[in-house]
Amino acid sequence: MAAPLSVEVEFGGGAELLFDGVKKHQVTLPGQEEPWDIRNLLVWIKKNLLKERPELFIQGDSVRPGILVLINDADWELLGELDYQLQDQDSILFISTLHGG
Amino acid sequence: MCQVGEDYAEPASEEPPPRQPGREQKCVKCKEGLPVVVIRAGDAFCRDCFKAFYIHKFRAVLGKNRLIFPGEKVLLAWSGGPSSSSMVWQVLEGLSRESAKRLRFVPGIVCIDEGAACGLSPEARAKALAEMKLILQTVGFPWHVVALEEVFDLPPSVLRCFAQEPVGTEGAYKAAVDSFLQQQHVLGAEGAGDSPSLAQGEEQLSWPCTQDPQNPQSPDRPPTAAQTEALSRLFDSVKTLTAKEELLQALRTHLILHVARTHGYSKVMTGDSCTRLAIKLMTSLALGRGAFLAWDTGFSDERHGDVVVVRPMREHTLKEVAFYNHLFAVPSVFTPALDTKAPEKASIHRLMEAFMLRLQDQFPSTVSTVYRTSEKLVKAPRDGCAAGPPGPRCLLCMCALDIDTAGAALLSQGGPPSPRHRAAVLRLPCEHEGLALPGPPAALHLGRGPAPQPEGLHRAADPGVPG
Repeated sequence: MAAPLSVEVEFGGGAELLFDGVKKHQVTLPGQEEPWDIRNLLVWIKKNLLKERPELFIQGDSVRPGILVLINDADWELLGELDYQLQDQDSILFISTLHGG
Repeated sequence: MCQVGEDYAEPASEEPPPRQPGREQKCVKCKEGLPVVVIRAGDAFCRDCFKAFYIHKFRAVLGKNRLIFPGEKVLLAWSGGPSSSSMVWQVLEGLSRESAKRLRFVPGIVCIDEGAACGLSPEARAKALAEMKLILQTVGFPWHVVALEEVFDLPPSVLRCFAQEPVGTEGAYKAAVDSFLQQQHVLGAEGAGDSPSLAQGEEQLSWPCTQDPQNPQSPDRPPTAAQTEALSRLFDSVKTLTAKEELLQALRTHLILHVARTHGYSKVMTGDSCTRLAIKLMTSLALGRGAFLAWDTGFSDERHGDVVVVRPMREHTLKEVAFYNHLFAVPSVFTPALDTKAPEKASIHRLMEAFMLRLQDQFPSTVSTVYRTSEKLVKAPRDGCAAGPPGPRCLLCMCALDIDTAGAALLSQGGPPSPRHRAAVLRLPCEHEGLALPGPPAALHLGRGPAPQPEGLHRAADPGVPG
């Protein structure tokens, strides 16, 4: 049984367009049976935060290629990607690199 | 100057590197720091090593190619996006170093306001412009903000390639650097060495420069509604998103070229990253521009003759750029583009981007492999502008025509172009279709049609195929 978690979810690089232009979201994830990891977080974001065009953010059970994920300012590849277990007060940043130029 | 050929060696390992490096690992470079970012396939760098790596790559690309001479005026094309913002920041930091390794050219920034082409409202455009001006003032280089609508006022000279002196040899570059250093010494001895970039004494740049005295339309006065309307009409008349993107690119290039020529810039730097160039290479192939890959994706592009376009960010992937900008607070402005929120199959560019990125996800060496291929492309000598009188050139992309001009889409046979400007509606097979452009008619590239079937290949008659 996972306790409720408070995390900050941030979007940048143009990804915020899919979230009504809001970059920073302070969210409280409800307590649930399974522990919270990035995989579950994405499902939760898709259900609760994503306002339009889910295919531009999520592909399958991961983020769309071209979207970087930083957990506490570190590359998620160093932390296990989708399997990283969220902790209280974590900061997850999604940067879209597709608007480069 | 940077050492040519210095590179970060791959970490020596007997077995293949772990697919997902964990946080327990140390930085592969300094072996001490906590890694924050994974570059390429499995190289984890700590923050400081990543910064050094990033900056080194930028300087190495410039140093390796030796095209930018000391004291030269270089125009930085800034779109507000992360790659070009990173480039501007690198130039800013590179110029301010107090050492012999300081960058030595004289920068200016040009920013094209493309809001009309992308369908932005005037308020959104004004807001984006205000944010951009704030950053431009912080950076402090002379800047020029140009609305895309001004493309209607461009003189025809923008479409001509001016022959230039051949690029200096190795000896000429070294001689130029040495003489520059000597001048610096002399000026330093005379106590005038305070402002490094004005050291030449030839040109007094006014920093910061907000108004452009030669340009009748000052950047503070927005383009007229009629011009915006005309631009919207132009883009609406283009049927496909692919063609719109190509048109936007062509117009943007013309404008930047015009600004560079008007203000005496001999080089233009664009922020094309490794990822973007790999995508561009594949997209160009799909669009029938295979003959010009070397110019479209190489480090330097001399098709315009007197102004050379260079791409110093071409070895940085979009991931590195995004990480650097985030970790080191490089300001950038997000503006929606033509293909924002467009579905994957909306244009060839989008499709190729999705294809490359998806492939990159599974095979992390995809982008770098494509990039390495582009490095090997050689420009055909006959197309060099320095090789003599320029042959007929494409109106839009200004590359030398690679086809027999008898087969080109000439609208008027022979004779000088009409002095009257009239709209020419051109219907072409694929590349530049359905455009309405004012100006004299000229030859254009034909798109590549479907591959011709070899003689005798008829499926039904092939005896080797059963059924």
